[in-house]
Amino acid sequence: MTFADKSPGRLKGTAAIVGPGNIGTDLMFKLMRRSELIEPRYMIGVDPTSDGLRRAKSVGLEASHEGVDWLLAQDELPDIVFECTSAKAHAANAPRYAEAGILAVDLTPAMVGPLICPPVNLEFNLDATNVNMITCGGQATVPMVAAVSSVVPVPYAEIVASVSSKSAGPGTRANIDEFTETTALAVSTIGGATKGKAIIILNPVEPPLMMRNTVFCAIPPAAAEPGEVQNRILEAIHAMVRTVQEYVPGYHLRAEPQFDHAREAWDGQGRVFVPIEVRGRGDYLPDYAGNLDIITAAAARVGDILIAHRLGVATSWKSSADLGDTADPIAPTLEKAGV
Amino acid sequence: MGDMTINPEDAPVLTREVSESEVRELTPGAAAPDEARDLRITDSTLRDGSHAMAHQFTEEQVRGVVHALDKAGVQVIEVSHGDGLGGSSFNYGFSKVDEFQLIKAAVEEARQAKIAILMLPGLGTVHHLKKAHAMGASVARIATHCTEADVSIQHFGEARRLGMETVGFLMLSHKASPAKLAEQARIMVDAGCQCVYVVDSAGALVLSDAQERIAAVIAEIGHQAQVGFHGHQNLSLGIANSVLAYQAGAKQIDGALCALGAGAGNSPTEVLAATFERMGIKTGVDLGEVLSAAEDVVRPFIPRLPWMDRASITQGYAGVYSSFLLHAERAADRYGVPAHAILQKVGEYGYVGGQEDMIIDIAIELRDAQERADVGADGASGLVVAR
Repeated sequence: MTFADKSPGRLKGTAAIVGPGNIGTDLMFKLMRRSELIEPRYMIGVDPTSDGLRRAKSVGLEASHEGVDWLLAQDELPDIVFECTSAKAHAANAPRYAEAGILAVDLTPAMVGPLICPPVNLEFNLDATNVNMITCGGQATVPMVAAVSSVVPVPYAEIVASVSSKSAGPGTRANIDEFTETTALAVSTIGGATKGKAIIILNPVEPPLMMRNTVFCAIPPAAAEPGEVQNRILEAIHAMVRTVQEYVPGYHLRAEPQFDHAREAWDGQGRVFVPIEVRGRGDYLPDYAGNLDIITAAAARVGDILIAHRLGVATSWKSSADLGDTADPIAPTLEKAGV
Repeated sequence: MGDMTINPEDAPVLTREVSESEVRELTPGAAAPDEARDLRITDSTLRDGSHAMAHQFTEEQVRGVVHALDKAGVQVIEVSHGDGLGGSSFNYGFSKVDEFQLIKAAVEEARQAKIAILMLPGLGTVHHLKKAHAMGASVARIATHCTEADVSIQHFGEARRLGMETVGFLMLSHKASPAKLAEQARIMVDAGCQCVYVVDSAGALVLSDAQERIAAVIAEIGHQAQVGFHGHQNLSLGIANSVLAYQAGAKQIDGALCALGAGAGNSPTEVLAATFERMGIKTGVDLGEVLSAAEDVVRPFIPRLPWMDRASITQGYAGVYSSFLLHAERAADRYGVPAHAILQKVGEYGYVGGQEDMIIDIAIELRDAQERADVGADGASGLVVAR
């Protein structure tokens, strides 16, 4: 069954969320709040005692702990499925969704479909039937790499994502290699760096830390010195922060970007350091879970676009401003970045 | 095999009598009984020492150190970037020589010693592990923060599949209670780890703190795996903690020649050998040879001996990951704030190993606070703002 088989003139697409953990639950609330085109209909898990399944049921979804087998046995299949399980699970499920004509937005690092970061490559192939949301660290850092590489060549970019242990679920923990490898790939292929590297750190401190990402980009020596090129890099970074804030209002710079002179040990390149903090505006999760917020917000946005394209209507996306969410200040201070 | 805990459904079905060596093969952590040794020293000069060398080891230095340690009878020699495989980066410092080239050179140089590597999941990957194995490394030491052992499960599994001996590193062990540490050790052992180390990354464990943790881990894992201790000298207790660890049942102890390691350095391998020998505890290490390795091979190339100065003592006192030292000193230079003040804040904020980037945040924060204080003090009184 595909969209074409279903009644024409439909105003909404139905969605299933597979994986009723923190990400799946937050995504459910994001879809309800931010998209008018997607109606979350099913929440699928494997554990009958899951809190997420209970919560989904309480807001009117059909919830099942009998997994994807149950979902695919339903008379009315969803138009789109959001996979919030693990890379391994999605690799196994993806062909089954495809066979059933269900679009897939993959929030695991499985990389079955093309990698998407909304503020950078939202003009992806809208006929794609499976798209990948990279990782939370990728959604937070790839926009910054793209901002820098829009001004100067970036031969190497490295990102460090620090997340609170509490916000790293079993999926992330079991898939930590996939996290670093997928994120590194996105830093280069989407961010525009020649070479990418990614590091993730889990920190258990209480109260939990907000998600904090560092983006280091190697830049030409002249760009590391004060001047016109450096100013353009700063402008591009600030503009990109504003763009991300349209869907993640808690995204901000923790300090102004810092430029370091070229060094021999850096292959003669200079460096810019961009400290990003993501304060969760969890439609369900607390402040510290900005890492989940940013990937669920990106996934909901991409889902809305895919469904709009299939229905032949305009997207229904509500930005932070539309929802009355005030964005954080771009940076705590507006002092000039120092060298 | 009586005290192995394995799920009954996972237990190998034995259809014939097995030899003792096969039992050892099948039993995690059961190294061959060695009459000549009461404990095994692993030397980390070429891994933890990489921090103190700002990751600038040359192949010649690596060959020289491996040759000398091997000759002295040290059985395991660790070679990697200080932050483990894949550590060469902006955040931790780029290696002068590719670590896989150094591992290969070490393997070529060793006659009896095994070459170990360190890897931190989240930074290094199974891909790195396979590459190190292909270069001839035979011991995989897999490190996580002391409360995050579950991120290492896939790596222990892969290391065992490759046929490597496995060691688990619970870093910053002072941050977890003995009971919590024991629970995390259990996760590693169940994943295939053959020796769990209590790792005092900050040199913050004070005597009984170390011993209680070793005892708790042993109580949890029994004879299913060995227990080890990795000490730092920030509070000058590396050797004393190692002796207490041995007395509590630890079978593997880490050291580094001339203490070459992060912070105020590691327990010096040569002092471990001398101390254990004086106590009649057999390490199998030839004292004269290991003293020579430290004095004649390592000492001449060290640019700055690790030392207990204000910054590194602060690390021990505030419980800060030792490798932050040189990074804090560089940020101190760049932003005009004291290194010890940066490290004190790192301790207050609870940053963990790998978060070197936060040092820059803190330095900016301290500089801004200092500038505000300078403006506030306003000069009329002529008072210098206390720093």
